Amino acid sequence: MNNCTERLKNGIITENPTFVMMLGMCPTLAVTSSAMNGLGMGLTTTAVLVLSNAFISLLRKVIPDKVRIPAFIVVVASFVTIIQLLLQAFLPALNSALGVYIPLIVVNCIILGRAEAYASKNPVVPSIFDGLGMGLGFTVGLTLIGICREILGSGAIFGFQFIPEDFHITFFVLAPGAFLVLACLTAIQNKLKLPSATNVPGGDSSMACGGNCAQCTGASCVANKGIIEAERVAQKAAKAQAAKEAAAKAKAAKEAAAAKQAKGE
Amino acid sequence: MNIFVIMISSMLVSNVVLSQFLGICPFLGVSKKVETAAGMGAAVTFVITIASAITYPIYYFILEPLGLAYLETIAFILIIAALVQFVEMVLKKFMPPLYEALGVYLPLITTNCAVLGVAINNITNGLGFIDSVFTGLFTALGFLVSIVILASIREHIEFNNIPESFKGTPIVLVTASLMAIAFCGFAGLV
Repeated sequence: MNNCTERLKNGIITENPTFVMMLGMCPTLAVTSSAMNGLGMGLTTTAVLVLSNAFISLLRKVIPDKVRIPAFIVVVASFVTIIQLLLQAFLPALNSALGVYIPLIVVNCIILGRAEAYASKNPVVPSIFDGLGMGLGFTVGLTLIGICREILGSGAIFGFQFIPEDFHITFFVLAPGAFLVLACLTAIQNKLKLPSATNVPGGDSSMACGGNCAQCTGASCVANKGIIEAERVAQKAAKAQAAKEAAAKAKAAKEAAAAKQAKGE
Repeated sequence: MNIFVIMISSMLVSNVVLSQFLGICPFLGVSKKVETAAGMGAAVTFVITIASAITYPIYYFILEPLGLAYLETIAFILIIAALVQFVEMVLKKFMPPLYEALGVYLPLITTNCAVLGVAINNITNGLGFIDSVFTGLFTALGFLVSIVILASIREHIEFNNIPESFKGTPIVLVTASLMAIAFCGFAGLV
């Protein structure tokens, strides 16, 4: 059981997907115009994450290694479809507020990332708690951003209005406000030197994650590897080219010096 | 005329990145240099256009007659994943120069939510075949435009004196926010 509480803490605090890992940015920016939407999206994602982690962990010995990613995608997509149909039936208001972002949970990198990094290698119970922790971490992140934007933009928390209409800054509920709130948030994290994907040491790659594979647990790395590799090759080639040029220059200088000497003599 | 309206509305008014928040990961991740941004944008344009052309017949001629419309999410994500692989193989075989240019970006596109988002939106909005293809094309061109603009701005702010804590991702997000304000100005066009 100790392991399970550790997974919960890991998901909610140590590796919080929104604030620390900066994964799943599309729903983070898109649905956080109010705290309720953020909470709904977070809980929906949590449900999918727990179910898919449990199922993938159950099947971890059956799925062949070579086709594991398509297999994971099918499992995740099935659960997303089930949850979507349930939402349509029982919470139609939330369903229409979240719209296209519910089917897009399939391509949320948190879910595939956890499947690849944890559920496919560990037994069922810890995997369920891992999914629960990560999902709750995501929910907390989305709800907090939603609360910030709702207070600033429409003067309310969870629809309960407490600031008169004259003081609303509508900017924050619109699209540009989402980017600005997230920018300030990551800037504060950088300022306080809190752990975050944006201030890892040695992150000099053009990738969002900084190309720091030592601290990475996401599945997107498989795809990113190509780009990092290409970058390294390009850097090497540039270095070799520079070395070549330097050598040629040195040679030319030497020859010139030799010629000068010969002339002098 | 209709196509012109689609062009304005899907490229500028409801820009895929700046107002619909689809495809944020490549938008922030692959926008450090203009060339790579343009390569990514071109690859996305290619895949989204083909994907919107293929998902239409699959939905209306296979899923709907069989009463399987609720399987659209599963079917579309598999089609897109297979399509990306297929496009990669075809390009490698028949158009090596194009493959050289786009190759690295193609595997990244499967997990780009813009592709699935556009396919699902086309079906939800009940668009016809021609409209779907053009919506796909112009949405993707909107992605291309915004990622290239962001990359050009990022190349310039590299040399500016940014406050220490805003270096890296925060300043990119601020830039994106200002771009989104600019794109809000198109809202009255359609």
